[in-house]
Amino acid sequence: MITINGEKMEWKAKMTVQDIISEKRYVFPLLAVWIDGTSVARDNFGTAEVPDDASVQVIHMISGG
Amino acid sequence: MEKMKVLAEWSYDQAKPLRGYTGKTLKVNVGDMTFESKDVSEDMKDKFTGGRGFGLKLLWDSVKETTKWNDPENEIVISGGPLCGVTQYPGMGKFYAVFVSPLTEQTYDSNAGGHFGPLLKFAGFDAIEIQGKAKKDVVIVIDGDAKKVQILESPFDDVNAYTVTAALHEYYGDPKDINDRRFSSVLSAGKGAETTYWGCINSSFWDTHRKAPRLKQAGRGGGGSILRDKKIVAVVVKTHDLSGTANNPADIDTLTKLGAKLHKEIITLDSKQCRMRTAGTAHLNEIMNEYHLLPTHNYKFGQHPDIDNIHSSKYEKKFSQNVADGCWYGCTMACAKAVDGFVLKTGPWMGKTITVDGPEYETAAGLGSNVGVFDPEWTIETNFYADHYGIDTISVGTGIAFVCECYELGLINKKHTNGLEMKFGNKKDIMELIHRMGDGKDDFAATVGKGIHKMKDLFSEKYGASKEIMERIGMEGQGIEASEYVCKESIAQWGGYFLSLKGPQHDEAWLIFMDRVNKQLPTFEDKAEALHYFPNFRTWFSLVGLCKLPWNDIEPADNATKNTPQEAARVPEHVQNYVDIFNAVTGKKITKEDLVLQAERVYNFQRVFQLRLGKGTRKFHNIPDRALGPVWADEWEARTEYYDNELKTEGVDPAGLSSQDKCDKLQKIRRGHWEKLVDTVYKRRGWNKNGIPTVKKLKELGMDIPEVVAVVQKHSRPEDEWKD
Repeated sequence: MITINGEKMEWKAKMTVQDIISEKRYVFPLLAVWIDGTSVARDNFGTAEVPDDASVQVIHMISGG
Repeated sequence: MEKMKVLAEWSYDQAKPLRGYTGKTLKVNVGDMTFESKDVSEDMKDKFTGGRGFGLKLLWDSVKETTKWNDPENEIVISGGPLCGVTQYPGMGKFYAVFVSPLTEQTYDSNAGGHFGPLLKFAGFDAIEIQGKAKKDVVIVIDGDAKKVQILESPFDDVNAYTVTAALHEYYGDPKDINDRRFSSVLSAGKGAETTYWGCINSSFWDTHRKAPRLKQAGRGGGGSILRDKKIVAVVVKTHDLSGTANNPADIDTLTKLGAKLHKEIITLDSKQCRMRTAGTAHLNEIMNEYHLLPTHNYKFGQHPDIDNIHSSKYEKKFSQNVADGCWYGCTMACAKAVDGFVLKTGPWMGKTITVDGPEYETAAGLGSNVGVFDPEWTIETNFYADHYGIDTISVGTGIAFVCECYELGLINKKHTNGLEMKFGNKKDIMELIHRMGDGKDDFAATVGKGIHKMKDLFSEKYGASKEIMERIGMEGQGIEASEYVCKESIAQWGGYFLSLKGPQHDEAWLIFMDRVNKQLPTFEDKAEALHYFPNFRTWFSLVGLCKLPWNDIEPADNATKNTPQEAARVPEHVQNYVDIFNAVTGKKITKEDLVLQAERVYNFQRVFQLRLGKGTRKFHNIPDRALGPVWADEWEARTEYYDNELKTEGVDPAGLSSQDKCDKLQKIRRGHWEKLVDTVYKRRGWNKNGIPTVKKLKELGMDIPEVVAVVQKHSRPEDEWKD
């Protein structure tokens, strides 16, 4: 089990940041991601694997207006 | 165009900008046909900075506590601010118009791009106050080349924006060089601004590629209605004193260096980020839909199955690409998209081929999903006519959405609407209503154009519609229509909209992602902190003459890797750019904390100004039920699982309850959250329980100006003091 912005989510082996973004339908382009407090470069979303028990923050940079 | 007759004229000694300021303001009274120039003191710069700050200061000195929007002493004050006119860095051509609004009956500030703000400064003035009421239609001209200001008799029978703007650009341009027209800019409204309270101020720039005028809008608050109430058809500013150093900054090298870095960032990253250069703000259409934030059918829903019809890719194909679409020089963000070769299908210009700006996201949603229409061609046409008639697309969209829901609920009928079937999605009749606003002869259109706040009274009085129901569903606050985001699932955004200075507009704080998706604001104190910082930071843009978009609609590639999640949301590198740019222009040495302090001074001054005009207390920070949560069962049933979970989180078991019962229970709970939010935000802002800045707060800010303190003391009561 992992947490995404404080909400629980089932962990799967080899799960990447991009898998989480797709599953959560986070379509906003200005996303920034931290896994257990370490940031992940946007170019690495497709390859960065998320370990079990990780706390993931997917931050939508403020926009609109 | 025939030669215009001069009614009054005044010559002036032109002050050149020095470190962002000319040190002079201009006052034109079209009632008694007088002109005046005032000095800008160092104290005025320190306390009010410029732009909206100058506008509020000059308006304060000119109105009384009893002043109404259509009194002669009411003014439209226009000022760009010290950074306005910088060409090295993107987004630096904005002006801010300040006035007592017909909709809110308190001060309002509304901004626009285009070239008016910079050219006004280069013609010699940090601000212009327009006061009085002319006896017949006039045109005001500030001619920086001839160094004179004139009030001219208007030759226009058709006062609509595109007619007036094109003619005046031609009139003041060199007949031998069509692109000489870029040295003037025109403010205008239109016929619709006369007959509604939704009048916008159009601000032009000459597009040298298209050889045509483009219009941007200070859309909100009814400034255009004041312009027409004063019988002003247009305000023209003209000067050839236009260059990259015309603002005369203290340190041009720093400006150039910072600008070059951001230009590169935008050109490199925009296509992977917000696509402002190709889609403009319409890139948000499908994003807002995905997050249940796209206002649909008067904000009942946040999504619609027809979203693909208004997907940004559809707009992108209609916008002309590979054209330098900045609304001021040097803006590589270039989001001022335009549709060229558009053939109008309705209205007085039916069959004519035109260029029209936008639609931006707000228009695409307001005159799109919110009224139940998912047809870009229709939205583009309404966008054109709204601009041409001089009416605000946001208020028109939200206002008509309200009308449609009233109609579908049976509160009003075809007899009241003079034959229009005002159902969501009825493109023909909604378009016809807009034309009737532009025509000015239809009493129902005139009633609608007074805005939702007044519509609720008028529909009740004239048609017997239920006031109670309309209070629940009318998306307005402080008298003005909400802009185009569904805020009901974000407590922080309730405040971003409805605890603002002037009503629900998105230029104070847009916190939905931070609050609801990122979960960065878990406590009421966290929300209050955001509702302190962001409104003040955004206010600062309005003091200095900036567009907000280059702040956070583009971000450095390393923004996330260099900063914590909380810091990253503020885009620290861009904030530091603004500090450095302010210092490079003015020669001062402010810090990022000073930047917020500058804004907080004006923010609190404006709050006291509302109080002086009989508003500005807690009872005016109202929020309708529709903004708090689902009102009707069908809203609940569109997201049953989600809302059932919301109730469970609040300790209520939804089992066995009808959808309407569940709506009512959640409303009651959320109303309690709202009151808690108001208390927490007021405390953080240094206001008392009634939403009035304390004298202590004014002293901390250096805004304990005797007449400001006197207003606060007059309205403060012991029972409104915090006990803890």
